Amino acid sequence: MNLPDSIMIFLILTNLSLLASSRLNACIKTVAIQGIIVGFLPLIATKCPLTIYSYLLAILIITVKGILFPYLLRYTLRSVDVRREIEPFIGYGASIIIGVIALIMSFWLCRHITFPEPILSYTAPAAAFFTIFCGLFLIVSRVKALTQVIGYVVFENGIYMFGSAMLIEQSFLVELGIILDVFVVVFIMGIMMFHISRAFDHIDTNKLGESEKKG
Amino acid sequence: MKLLIAGFALLLVCSFIPLFTGRNTKTAALSVIAGIFSLLLLSLNPCIESLFTGGTFEISYRMSIPFANFAIGMDPLSAFFLLPLLVLSGLCAIYGMAYMDGNKHVYGSGRSWFFFGMLVLGMSLATVARNGLLFIIAWELMALSSFFLVTFDHHRKEVRKAGWIYIVSAHFCTAFVFLVFVILGRNSGSLDFESFQVLKSGTAASTAVFIAALIGFGSKAGFIPLHIWLPEAHPVAPSHVSSLMSGIMIKIGLYGFLRTLTFLGDPPLWWGVTLIVIGASSGILGIMFAHAQHDIKRLLAYSSVENIGIATLGIGIGLLGITCNEPVVAILGFAGGLLHIVNHCIFKVLLFLCAGAVIHETGEGRLDRLGGLMKKMPRTGICFAIGSAAISGLPPFNGFIGEFLIFLAALFGITTMILPLSLCAIAVIITIGLIGGLATACFSKAFGMIFLGEPRSENTAVHVEDPGYAMTVPMILLSVFCLMIGLSGSSLLILLCAPVSVISGLSLEACAAGLKPASYPLTAIAMLSSLMIILGVFLYTLRRTMPRSHLETKVPTWDCGYARPNARMQYSSSSFSQPITQLFAFFLRTKSKNPDTAAAFPGKNSFSSETPDFWQEYLFRPSVILINQISAFIGKADNGRIHVYILYIIVTVLILLGFHFFK
Repeated sequence: MNLPDSIMIFLILTNLSLLASSRLNACIKTVAIQGIIVGFLPLIATKCPLTIYSYLLAILIITVKGILFPYLLRYTLRSVDVRREIEPFIGYGASIIIGVIALIMSFWLCRHITFPEPILSYTAPAAAFFTIFCGLFLIVSRVKALTQVIGYVVFENGIYMFGSAMLIEQSFLVELGIILDVFVVVFIMGIMMFHISRAFDHIDTNKLGESEKKG
Repeated sequence: MKLLIAGFALLLVCSFIPLFTGRNTKTAALSVIAGIFSLLLLSLNPCIESLFTGGTFEISYRMSIPFANFAIGMDPLSAFFLLPLLVLSGLCAIYGMAYMDGNKHVYGSGRSWFFFGMLVLGMSLATVARNGLLFIIAWELMALSSFFLVTFDHHRKEVRKAGWIYIVSAHFCTAFVFLVFVILGRNSGSLDFESFQVLKSGTAASTAVFIAALIGFGSKAGFIPLHIWLPEAHPVAPSHVSSLMSGIMIKIGLYGFLRTLTFLGDPPLWWGVTLIVIGASSGILGIMFAHAQHDIKRLLAYSSVENIGIATLGIGIGLLGITCNEPVVAILGFAGGLLHIVNHCIFKVLLFLCAGAVIHETGEGRLDRLGGLMKKMPRTGICFAIGSAAISGLPPFNGFIGEFLIFLAALFGITTMILPLSLCAIAVIITIGLIGGLATACFSKAFGMIFLGEPRSENTAVHVEDPGYAMTVPMILLSVFCLMIGLSGSSLLILLCAPVSVISGLSLEACAAGLKPASYPLTAIAMLSSLMIILGVFLYTLRRTMPRSHLETKVPTWDCGYARPNARMQYSSSSFSQPITQLFAFFLRTKSKNPDTAAAFPGKNSFSSETPDFWQEYLFRPSVILINQISAFIGKADNGRIHVYILYIIVTVLILLGFHFFK
């Protein structure tokens, strides 16, 4: 087993742990770790000559995902005073099972897609798909707005993984654009959640519609 | 042709003036009237030239919209519709000036005049448009401006409801008109009319065009069961507007249909048969429902459905004539249909204007509240009587001539001994006979209820008089038109020759020859009618010059044996029509609230009846309810939860992936 493959397996494990954990603090940590590893991915890919842009991008990604996001998320967490995701739509056991099914499906998918030249690792596209699915699943199945933001970050990680696994021409601008996008989302969600929790005493997204009707 | 464009520009400018006149409604009306008449003057030359010589003129400018050219043209068919349109809308506008003046409206009528001008512009542009997109623009202009005209009194709830029904049906119809031009344009690569090659008959494309045209133009014209907007929209609109819509706008639907027919090749047999079936059902059911109505404008609206039916019968027998290669039948059928269209324009506008005069003076449109107006509004009464006689197809008025031509076509059709043609011709003859009888009954009811007997309510009893000249002159002029066409005899055929040749695709000479058989009977009719009129005038003068002192005593109406005659003891609208509504109870489904007279000493009681529209009740209401239920079911998917929306995205992605692998 080589380095890229073991990294991929580690990333898959972080996803599964995200699905299983109910403590938001732990989730934030896991996402931060995942973000840092994902940030390193382009540097590990050896077949491509490393340019100054690659380093710049890696540094940027790691800073944003490893330091800025966790800080913002934790700040929000403190301000809204929520510790746990208590009643998700889909329970943690079921989430793990669905996660495993999604993992199998991702591998099956990647065997059937003809990729141009997967350079990093043959597990990488599957892991990327799995991360994307996990992110979406977190958004769909969890109630707290904070978990949904985490899901969104995981989703973005998956896309970034896919890009670096394929070693698609490192387009600095595109990656920069995406990271800016996600940053804005996290930032705005942080502010919004604070206001939502002040207005409604909770940040349960499934109750927002009802409150609106009552109000 | 450039002058014609100048005319359109003038009307456009004149229509915008009312927006700035504020409360000065007279200026607003005058500017629109000026616009209409200047367009009439400028279009007179090309119209007349093309009507008499069969010439066609075209002019085309490029527009920046893709596929659209400002292509307008004049040919006999356009001229045949454009001329009556402009003359009649001018008269309606003059009438409307006085009508709206009395109507002290909170909103001011400036914008109503703007939309009136736009409606006339839209209609006239539609008749001369030679590009599909331009036609649709004109068509939409017509639909939207008439919507705003209908909803003039929009603070009333029933007006808004009628407006909605109208706008929905107008867009339903536009959708199908779009389809017509899309299919035609797809085959030719351009939306210009001249580029449309004649589609081969029997192909899927020509069938699709025919059906789309039937639905699209038919719902504007008011074919049953697409007519439901007519009895809703006409009663609530101001009278000059409803006369414009019912008298003229629905004919633009028929124009569009006839124009589409010129792009299609030889008609298969079922086209003609379909048109005859539609015409017969629209005619008979339309007049039956008209007969059961208690509101004068609703009655007139249903009667429009009937008359469109008659014109469709003419077109249908014309198409059959072409299919069976019987030019005389075809030419007479088309000529009858066309003539009936123009005739109906004239007398329907006349009747709506008379009804408007009655409503304007008494403030009452319900037949059961009117009565005895002949003594107070003699001019309106006589005009209404002429219109009623004309619409019932009685000589010496124009309605008779149009129906007579269709009869003639059908009679020739029977003598050809071609089985389908003969059978259809027999059906047409029976249908028109039945329609004529029912129409006479219907309009004797309408006339009798409004003008004869004693007033049935207080506001029709006191200070009611004929309206001013601005309102009576258009009515009198239209009555004169009715009589003139009725007496013009065979000279009419010259005017009909060129338009018929456009629709039928036969040469001018062939059309002139085909119309020949009608010329002798028409002359005879004109002679006999003139004789009748001269006799009538003679008898009237004789009666007037005789000493009247011992011949005339004034007694109350209905004084024949009743101890104390009371206005409420007269025939009411529902009791007059009861024998006929009883006969057709299966279709009409008149709902009546019968008084309870079983008790030994019955208390205070009342009777009321109403006839809701069969199709609205049993076809459109259930289907709208069904659509609402389906929408509500689908609407559950849109529940405002972000999780679910993202779930939709995931499911879509998965389905697309699956589609990629398993295809």
